[in-house]
Amino acid sequence: MEYLSLFVKGIFVENMIFAYFLGMCSYLAVSKTVKTAVGLGFAVIFVLGITVPINYLLENFVLKEGALTWLSPEYAAVDLSFLSFIMFIAVIASMVQLVEMIVEKFAPALYGALGIFLPLIAVNCSILGGALFMQERQYPSIGEATVFGLGSGVGWLLAIVAIAAIREKIRYSNIPAPLKGLGITFILTGLMGMAFMAFMGIEI
Amino acid sequence: MSTETTTAVEPKRESLFSKKNRKLLTDPLDDSNPITVQVLGICSALAITVQVQQAVIMSLAVLFVMIGGNVIVSMMRNIIPDRIRIIVQLVVIASLVIIVDEVLKAYSPDISEKLSVFVGLIITNCIIMGRLEAFALGNKPGPAMLDAVGNAMGYAWILLAVALVREVFGSGAISFPGVGQVKFLPESWFMANGGFYENNNLMILPPMALITVGIIIWIQRSRNRSLIEEN
Repeated sequence: MEYLSLFVKGIFVENMIFAYFLGMCSYLAVSKTVKTAVGLGFAVIFVLGITVPINYLLENFVLKEGALTWLSPEYAAVDLSFLSFIMFIAVIASMVQLVEMIVEKFAPALYGALGIFLPLIAVNCSILGGALFMQERQYPSIGEATVFGLGSGVGWLLAIVAIAAIREKIRYSNIPAPLKGLGITFILTGLMGMAFMAFMGIEI
Repeated sequence: MSTETTTAVEPKRESLFSKKNRKLLTDPLDDSNPITVQVLGICSALAITVQVQQAVIMSLAVLFVMIGGNVIVSMMRNIIPDRIRIIVQLVVIASLVIIVDEVLKAYSPDISEKLSVFVGLIITNCIIMGRLEAFALGNKPGPAMLDAVGNAMGYAWILLAVALVREVFGSGAISFPGVGQVKFLPESWFMANGGFYENNNLMILPPMALITVGIIIWIQRSRNRSLIEEN
């Protein structure tokens, strides 16, 4: 039940795009058609689901103050948390590379679908954002951290697919010329964000 | 004698502030603005524009990281192997961001608290990666520095404009460090004191940041019609 609540919260209440604006760059750039949006969305879920638990282990067994006590009690006072940015981004960049190679080898069809998006994801703020929120919120177990990662990924997918569908249709509407493209997308996202605020405070 | 030699050398060496280089500084303010035209660095631009103060700190942090990153990567551009350049760039940026984060934590812990994860997210701020990829990898450190300053300024003015609109309409005042809140309207005008004016609390919420940027883009593109998109 705890997990379900966290998952739903990740999708609706703390939606990466509408509540925190993370991953906006690729959200705006790759939302012209629904098909590519779905591809990128699944790649984000995939990478978030892998990197958040790995970074969780890194945080709790290497970086946090006193995290190194499992090696030897002498290290209880060691605090490496100032290294967390560089460690997280290194994990993300290398995991993305690794995932790309594995997918290419064992699931060529999936690679064909995600291929071009995977390298883009290393610099998608929602991935690093997921790791940093995990660090800030101090989830008690790796299970919860994973569910949080997956939930945020699904929320991101939902947001990008929704805006892509709207953008496909809005091409036929009569929008003022200077507002076309980027401008109207911003305003639409704002309106969708207001709708998503209705989920605020939901507990399951 | 010495003046003669310098004038003889002049045509070969381009001065740092030649016309071409000055364009590097001024273009990003309007024609190729990182936020409204290149669509880079949106995340942080929207999330930390509730207060002018936060926006200023964020702009300074981005300015520092961009200059550092652009100059360092530009100096290393000939020795970075092409295949691992993304990771090299990320490491350079991440080290600079760690410096910013530690300085902020030491000198203004409350601001650092408010910016929370967004200082760390400068690492993946696409404006920095984007300029490294597009400019620093192919140019000398001098122009790379000007490009960094120009783009950081283009980023900063949008950030400040959005923050100003949101804070003025959202809280009816601007807070300055050390001075406290400066209110624009007399207290008696507010609804709570029997007046007619009420702050628009919606402005403080996240969606209004998007709508404000959308309107800025609208205004900019109706003034500069060459930027209008086709579909």
